[in-house]
Amino acid sequence: MRGGAGLSVSNPLTESTAHELVEKFRSGAATPSAATRAYLDRITALDPTVRAYITVTRERALAAASAADERWRTGRPKGPIDGVPTAVKDVLCTKGVRTTCGSKILERFVPPYDATVIERLEAAGAVILGKTNMDEFAMGSSTEHSAFFATRNPWDLSRVPGGSSGGSAAAVGADLAAAAIGSDTGGSIRQPGAFTGTVGLKPTYGRVSRYGLVAFASSLDQVGPLTKDVADAALVLRVIAGHDPLDSTSADVPVPDYAAELSRPIAGLRIGVPKEYFVEGMDPEVERAVREAIEVLQRLGATAEPLSLPTTDFALAAYYLIAPAEASSNLARYDGVKYGSRVASAKDLIDMYSKTRAQGFGAEVKRRIMLGTYALSAGYHEAYYAKAQKVRTLVRRDFEAAFSRVDVIVAPTTPNVPFKLGEKEDPLAMYLNDIFTIPVNLAGLPGLSVRCGFSLASLPIGLQFIGRPFDEATLLRAASAYEQATPWRDRRPSLG
Amino acid sequence: MRSAAKDYETVIGLEVHAQLLTRSKMFCGCPTTFGAAPNSQTCPICQGMPGTLPVINRRAIEFGVRTALAFHCTINPGCRFARKHYYYPDMPKNFQISQYEEPLAEHGWLEVTVDGQERRVGIQRLHLEEDVGKLIHDGPLETARSSLVDFNRSGVPLMETVSEPDIRSPEEAAAYLRAFRAILLYLGVCDGNMEERSLRCDANISLRERGETGFGTKVEIKNMNSFRNVQRALEFEVGRQTEALARGERLVQETRLWDADRGYTRSMRSKEFAHDYRYFPEPDLVPLTMDRARVEEIRAGLPELPADRRQRFMRAYTLPAYDALLLTQSRALADYYEAAVREFARPKIVSNWIMSELLREIPADDEKALAASPVPAKNLAGLLQLIDRGTISGKIAKDVFEKMFRSGEDADTIVTREGLIQVADTGALAAIIEQILAANPKAVLDWKRGKKAAAGALVGHVMKATQGKANPGVVNSLLQEKLSQL
Repeated sequence: MRGGAGLSVSNPLTESTAHELVEKFRSGAATPSAATRAYLDRITALDPTVRAYITVTRERALAAASAADERWRTGRPKGPIDGVPTAVKDVLCTKGVRTTCGSKILERFVPPYDATVIERLEAAGAVILGKTNMDEFAMGSSTEHSAFFATRNPWDLSRVPGGSSGGSAAAVGADLAAAAIGSDTGGSIRQPGAFTGTVGLKPTYGRVSRYGLVAFASSLDQVGPLTKDVADAALVLRVIAGHDPLDSTSADVPVPDYAAELSRPIAGLRIGVPKEYFVEGMDPEVERAVREAIEVLQRLGATAEPLSLPTTDFALAAYYLIAPAEASSNLARYDGVKYGSRVASAKDLIDMYSKTRAQGFGAEVKRRIMLGTYALSAGYHEAYYAKAQKVRTLVRRDFEAAFSRVDVIVAPTTPNVPFKLGEKEDPLAMYLNDIFTIPVNLAGLPGLSVRCGFSLASLPIGLQFIGRPFDEATLLRAASAYEQATPWRDRRPSLG
Repeated sequence: MRSAAKDYETVIGLEVHAQLLTRSKMFCGCPTTFGAAPNSQTCPICQGMPGTLPVINRRAIEFGVRTALAFHCTINPGCRFARKHYYYPDMPKNFQISQYEEPLAEHGWLEVTVDGQERRVGIQRLHLEEDVGKLIHDGPLETARSSLVDFNRSGVPLMETVSEPDIRSPEEAAAYLRAFRAILLYLGVCDGNMEERSLRCDANISLRERGETGFGTKVEIKNMNSFRNVQRALEFEVGRQTEALARGERLVQETRLWDADRGYTRSMRSKEFAHDYRYFPEPDLVPLTMDRARVEEIRAGLPELPADRRQRFMRAYTLPAYDALLLTQSRALADYYEAAVREFARPKIVSNWIMSELLREIPADDEKALAASPVPAKNLAGLLQLIDRGTISGKIAKDVFEKMFRSGEDADTIVTREGLIQVADTGALAAIIEQILAANPKAVLDWKRGKKAAAGALVGHVMKATQGKANPGVVNSLLQEKLSQL
C-alpha cells in the first residue's frame, strides 16, 4: 500500500494507458468490462478524496463496456479506443445525463442531445465513466470556482489540479479514468495537464467540433484530450477531430493518423524558444526543467533557436476583453425562462431575470459577465473590444512570423507549479497563471503540455509545444520523442 | 403677433421585415410551417439550448440576394452575421443573430406610383436575421398570472429592408409597401401575409419645414398590421406632430405604438430607455463570401418584375397605364389576366371584366384567392366568348358571372340550364315588338315627332318582355324598321 486514502485499489488495469489497455483487450488479457469495473471501484474508493467527478454514469458505463466486450470477443472492435473508460468534462452536453458546467444555474439541466464529440467517442466505442468537475462555465484556473466543490491535485491533495478542466486532469492523473476530454479557452486543458502531470492537448481552433460544448468564448474554445501519455492523446484526437456540418467554424481539413506519425524521428526539427516565455517572477524550478527539456530535444536531433513574440505582453489584456465579451453574450440565455434554475419569488420578469442570475452564477462568472458587457457597451466598444481584436491580429502575426523560421515553439506551460487551494484569492494573480497559454488561443494554434520533470516538492512541471495551424501531428511527434527519451512518465502520485 | 402656420414636409422611412418562404429555419433544420402545435417545430438550436451552434440556411441567402437584386441593390462581396443583444422571453438566447456592419446588400431603390406619378424610393440596406418566438399570456399582459412561450417561429428566416427617408406622405408609404409586397410575391420569397405577420412594417416619421434639408426629431411607430393601418398611423402622426410643432412644443425621439381600435399612437419608450444592443460579429459563424458568378446566375434567373410587366402590358396589349398598374399589382392577377387574354384575345375587354367583376369579389393582392378563384381565367374567357358570339347579352353576362363565381360552374353550363340564350329570332322578336308598339302609343308618337330617344325606352320594354334575353342589336334594327314603316 502506498498510503493516501488508506484503501489499496491499485490495479494494473487502472495503471495502464489507453493504448496499453486496448492491447490487453486485443490479446484477451482483459475486457472493457473488467477495466470499467476497476475504474468504477477506484472512483468509489478515491474520488471522495480527489473529487474529480460531478456525476458518475455507472450503469451506462457498464452497459457500454459490456457491448464493447462483445465486439472485442468477436474480433470486431470499433477502433483504437473501443472499450476505453473515459471521463468527460461537464461542459459537453450528454443526452439524458445532466450537464452542469460547474454551475448552480445548470444544476438540473439534462440536455436532450449529445455533443458531436460525445457522439464520436461513443461511435468509436469509448466507455463514458462520467462528467468531471470544472470551474464554473470554464472560467478559472484551479477548479475552485466550481459551484459544487473543489477538486484536489492527486500529487498533493492540498493543492489545486489547475483549471478549468481540473476534474478531467485530476481523473487521469489519479488513474480515475484511462483518458479524459477537456476544453481549453485560455489554457484550460494545458494548465491542468501541467499541474497534474498529464498530457493535455488543445487542438487548432476548428479542428474539433464545438457542437454541444457549452460556450464560454466561442472564438477561443476548443475541445481536446487529457491523457496519460502522448500516444493516447494521438488516439483520442484522431477520434474526436474532423469537420462537423453542425459547427460552421469547424475546418474541413483532413485528419491524419496521428499515432502513425509518432514514431517518426525529430532529427532536423526546428524548435523556437520565445524569450517572452521566460519571465522574471516565474518559478526557477519550472524554468530549469523547461531549459533541460530543450536540451533533450536537441540531443534528439532538433535544432533550437531563440526567437521573440513581442506582443505576448498584451495578449492577457486582449484575452480578458474578448473572452468576457463573448461570455457575456453566450451566458445571456441563462435567465430562468427555459431550463436550469429559476427563482420562485420573483415580482416580475426583470426581477426573475436578476434574481435567477444573481443566485445562479458565482462571483467569477459575474465578474466576467460585467467585464464583457462593459467592453461591448456603446461608447466603450471601440476602446476595448475593437482594440482587443486588433491586438489579437498582432499576436497571430507574431506566431506566423515565428513559424516561417521554426516548426514548433517550445515554452513552459505555466510560470509556476500547482498552488495551494485558496492561495490565489486575487483574481489577477489567478489570471496570470495563464500568460503562456492564452496567446495560443488568441492565435487559434494547437498547443500541447507534457510532463517535463518535478519540483523538489514532487510537483509536476509542464512543457508546452505550440504548432502551426492543423499541425497537431508535429506537436505529438515532438512530445512523444521527448516523453520516450525521459524517465518522467514512470512516476505516479501516491494515492492508493 | 403670431406668424402664420408653417408649412411642414413629412419625412418617412420604412423598415419592413419579411419572413422568407424557405422550408427550413435560418440556422437549423426545423420546418417553418405556420400554425403548427406550439413548440412542435423546434430543436435544441432554435430553442437556444446550451452548446448549440447556428448553421446558415443557404436558401435564405439566395432569397435575400434575389430580393436585393430586384431592388437594384449592390450585393456586398462579403457579409457577416452579428449578435444583437436584449432580454426578452420570446428570444431563447437573449440575443438575435442579425446583420449589422456588414449587411447582405445596400443602396437600392424601389419604384413607387402615387396618383399616376412615378418616384424612386431609395433602399438603404437589406439584411437577414432570425425571427423570435411568440408569447402567449394568460389574460391581458398587465395582469396575466403566467405566460407561455411558443418557439415554433423562433429562428424562421427574416429579411429586413430599410428604406431611405425618401417617402413624403402616408399615402406614398402605403404605395411603397404595395410595390414592395408585389415584388416579394413575384419573386416567391415571401407570402406577404400581414395578418399572419409574415410581412411586418415599422415606420420612422418626422416633420421639417419645407425647404429644410436636415431632419426633424423622428418617431418610430410599431404595431401596424396592415397597409391601411400603416397609412392611418402615419396620418395620425403627421397630425399629432404638426399640432405639437404649431404649439411650439419640442418633439421627443421615441417609439410609439399604433392602436388600431382607438386610432392613435401612444408612447412606448423614449430614447433614454433605448436598448444598447452591444452588437459584435457572431463568432459561431464564418463571414460569407458572395460568389460573383452565383449572384449573376441569380440575377439572370429573376422573373419579370411588376414594373417590367406593367410596361409590357401597356405595349403588348395597348392597355391604359391605369389598367396595367392595377393588373400587375400581384403576380397571380397578372397571370390570370394573361391566361384569359390567351383564350379571348380582346385585351381591353378582358381588363374591364377583371377590374369590374373579378376584383369586386377578390382583392387584387390576394394571391391565394386569385389562384383559387371559382372563376378561373379560362371560364372568364368562355363567358366573354358567349357575349362576343351574341349568345348572351352583356347585361345577362354580369349575372352569369356572379352565378359562375358562386357555383364554380362554367358559363355554358349556366346559360344552357337557365335558358339565358339570347333571342335573335327576328320572327319571334317582331311579334313582341308589335305588341310593345301597340301598348306604347305615346312613345311612338314622340319618336315620330323627332324625339329619337324614345326608341331607347321602347327597346327597354322589349328587353323587359324577353327577360333580357333579346339580342339588343337585333331588337334595335327591327324596331327602327317597324317605326319607320308606321
